[in-house]
Amino acid sequence: MTERPAPSSELPAPPAPSQQAPLLTADDVARVVDRIAHQLIEKAGDSLADLVLVGIPTRGAPLARRLAARVESFSQQPVEVGTVDITLYRDDLRLRGVRALEDTRLPESGIDGRLVVLVDDVLFSGRSVRAALDALRDLGRPRAVQLAVLVDRGHRELPIRADYVGKNLPTARSQKVEVHLAEIDGLDEVLVTGGVAGGDR
Amino acid sequence: MKRHLLEAGDLDRDDATLVLDTAAQIEQALAGREVKKLPTLRGRTVVNLFYEDSTRTRISFELAAKRLSADVINFSAKGSSVSKGESLKDTALTLEAMGADGIVVRHGASGAPHRLAHWVRGSVVNAGDGTHEHPTQALLDAYTIRQRLGRLDGVRVVVVGDVLHSRVARSNVWLLSTLGAEVTLVAPPTLLPVGVGSWPVQVSYDLDAVLPKADVVMMLRVQAERMNASFFPSAREYSRRYGLDARRMAVLPDDAIVMHPGPMNRGMEIAAEVADSARSTIVDQVGNGVSVRMAVLYLLLGGAPE
Amino acid sequence: MSLLITNVRPYGEDAVDIRIADGVIAEIGTGLDAGDADVVDGTGLVALPGLVDLHTHLREPGREDAETVETGSRAAALGGFTAVHAMANTDPVADTAGVVEQVWRLGQQAGLVDVVPVGAVTVGLRGERLAELGAMADSAARVRVFSDDGHCVADPALMRRALEYVKALDGVVAQHAEEPRLTVGAQMNEGDRSARLGLTGWPAAAEEAVIARDVLLAGHVGARLHVCHVSTAGSVEILRWAKSRGVQVTAEVTPHHLLLTDALAETYDPVYKVNPPLRTDADVQALRAGLADGTIDAVATDHAPHAVEDKESEWAAARPGMLGLEQALAIVVQTMVEPGLLDWRGVADRMSVRPAGIGRLDSHGRPLAVGEPANLLLLDPTHRATVDPAALASRSRNSPYAGRELPGRVVATFLRGVPTVLDGKAQK
Repeated sequence: MTERPAPSSELPAPPAPSQQAPLLTADDVARVVDRIAHQLIEKAGDSLADLVLVGIPTRGAPLARRLAARVESFSQQPVEVGTVDITLYRDDLRLRGVRALEDTRLPESGIDGRLVVLVDDVLFSGRSVRAALDALRDLGRPRAVQLAVLVDRGHRELPIRADYVGKNLPTARSQKVEVHLAEIDGLDEVLVTGGVAGGDR
Repeated sequence: MKRHLLEAGDLDRDDATLVLDTAAQIEQALAGREVKKLPTLRGRTVVNLFYEDSTRTRISFELAAKRLSADVINFSAKGSSVSKGESLKDTALTLEAMGADGIVVRHGASGAPHRLAHWVRGSVVNAGDGTHEHPTQALLDAYTIRQRLGRLDGVRVVVVGDVLHSRVARSNVWLLSTLGAEVTLVAPPTLLPVGVGSWPVQVSYDLDAVLPKADVVMMLRVQAERMNASFFPSAREYSRRYGLDARRMAVLPDDAIVMHPGPMNRGMEIAAEVADSARSTIVDQVGNGVSVRMAVLYLLLGGAPE
Repeated sequence: MSLLITNVRPYGEDAVDIRIADGVIAEIGTGLDAGDADVVDGTGLVALPGLVDLHTHLREPGREDAETVETGSRAAALGGFTAVHAMANTDPVADTAGVVEQVWRLGQQAGLVDVVPVGAVTVGLRGERLAELGAMADSAARVRVFSDDGHCVADPALMRRALEYVKALDGVVAQHAEEPRLTVGAQMNEGDRSARLGLTGWPAAAEEAVIARDVLLAGHVGARLHVCHVSTAGSVEILRWAKSRGVQVTAEVTPHHLLLTDALAETYDPVYKVNPPLRTDADVQALRAGLADGTIDAVATDHAPHAVEDKESEWAAARPGMLGLEQALAIVVQTMVEPGLLDWRGVADRMSVRPAGIGRLDSHGRPLAVGEPANLLLLDPTHRATVDPAALASRSRNSPYAGRELPGRVVATFLRGVPTVLDGKAQK
């Protein structure tokens, strides 16, 4: 369950091009981000001016910034971004152990009455999203909250569904989905590794 | 991180930095919020076990634990079984049986938290033991320095006063040197421990000589009663030689700050005009204490029990 | 009753047989005929004269929950002792003929070692006026050693009078050297470690100042002075100087001060709290050297049993003191014999001959020779064992050696020819 590796200790070494072919290449990632941006514009309609893209660290944060840039580029409408660290809202700290916290930053104008789209790299059990929803509740009262993810790998443990999905990836529970983003990892790619045992690090 | 926080030496540089960074993130996460509460420690029990009166430290820990949604039990020596002669060990076993996940302990005997840690499974946080240590005070002092000066590495910190009897001084000596600061102790020789030569500090008896190069001046509380045991001749002489007044503050570098762990003896170790000046971080220290203690409780209690 | 110890090495020297009859050593030689005597196989064992402890706390009367004369006697016998001096800080204090006779009789009843009461120097150990030293000396207990141990006879005039007065009794004042004004609230040795641990320091000078004063007084009035539990390098130097000037001063060192240092205080475990406190490694080395060259005359245990509740607490609240009787010889083997600082005759001298002389005991500390009282022990010097406090004969468990592997095992102890310990087990 390493959909969100801790920033320091678990960072992969600069990725030697992976043994197996990535499921999404850098080009694929760019296409998927563009597609979600278009979908957002379409679905938001008149609400686009109220849109706030809130990334879930670690990799949801740069994804949110990319999405915002694409939305701005396609719609000529400025989009505000933020991040919300969910570590202190997790219900599985006892299982996972404590970790360093990351930034929580929201637009100065806040999120009250606005359309908040949570952005994350991988949707798995749904617990991260649940924690993010709890955090948002303490931060304000949005008009609506939606969810955008780069990859949905299945195996939900909570009744949570993404509004925007870059790619559906059927996986075995023991497999590991690794999202690499240029801002953090040096290049964009999505890998599926493991498959037998050792899915957890 | 170790399971307990008993002394500043329990933290290596990475651990100490993690605590300060975590405190900063918590402060940021809560800034401007109406609901200053996080669900992180829901269902965990934190006991504040205070054998000495210390309202400000207890309240700071209590607020920190409550903001993390822990259940908090205040167990003070007065009016409890402790005052009827129950031993520390029996109290520890009682708390253990009640399922305390964390015990924040203030005790008049140096090392009492170490003993407690032997008898309980939960994490023990030292909230001040005798004349030994007060590690969360040092963490909040380091946090405050970093907040005001932007760094700790190479910062020149002058600690002035009753080092011999000060747990705050001991914790700061070890923590600040772990974090790369250069510590100078200034006190009359009677108020420095024999053996201070083995500490990673400079020692001076002359406050005026060290002030012009200080980035931080940390004034320690000096109890006037010490003069009865001839640690110094009189409060007036102490104040004249080791007190921080406006004249001395004027020779500090422009961005130097003045700290005090409280409670202050205004007019003894610190003049009112110094305590209330823009250089003074005394109010910041109190607020930072809650963030730092939240960070400590999160890092010690948030994860899996061993 | 007759007993033959075969193939044993007296003082670690050539193996012989030793015949014991009627409480004395009857015959020493090789190939002795066992006849109808009980035979103890001494192969591989070293025979030494029964040990004499100048400094034992038996806690009775008053703290029978911590130790009794009987349990302490058993611990002593298991440690190879045939005589122990029982310190006066009982409750009531052993400051009258009545109390010292009571302790003496309890020792006789236990019958495991000769329990020799120490009399208090001052009434109630209060350091104000002399106790009836003569009455205690003349009692059935025949007190010759007087001590306020636990407290220093701090008043110099009172100390002078005590030293003078006991001359008439062939007695000796055993001083607990601690200047009380320098040790108010003291918890451990004052130095680098106390500074860091925030425990109030007990400066070496507080011991050395009193020893210096007392050797000058003893020299001035021509009296015998004995210094309890010497713990610092400086004290050894002062004693060496005093002896060179002909002062009649003797001194003892405890096993724990020969082995342990103040580093153990870093655990804050009060099992390491003792008075005088554990000192530095340099002090330990100086004490060993002083014991080796005879500046320090004797090893004395300062065996100080404490009930669990007096030790399982925070450091400052705990009572000072540690057990010693059952491990004393092992520690001397480890710290003195194995490094080559003392041979077995040296061990006999420091743990039997000289302490018996200081205490004026006629029938202890005698050589292993025909016609001498059969007070002796048999030691297996090659045996090594890990100390388990739960297995000790003492009623208390405050052994600082728990979990340590120590050399040497007392296989047998004989008191006037009667085995008090056989096969490492107490005989009653």
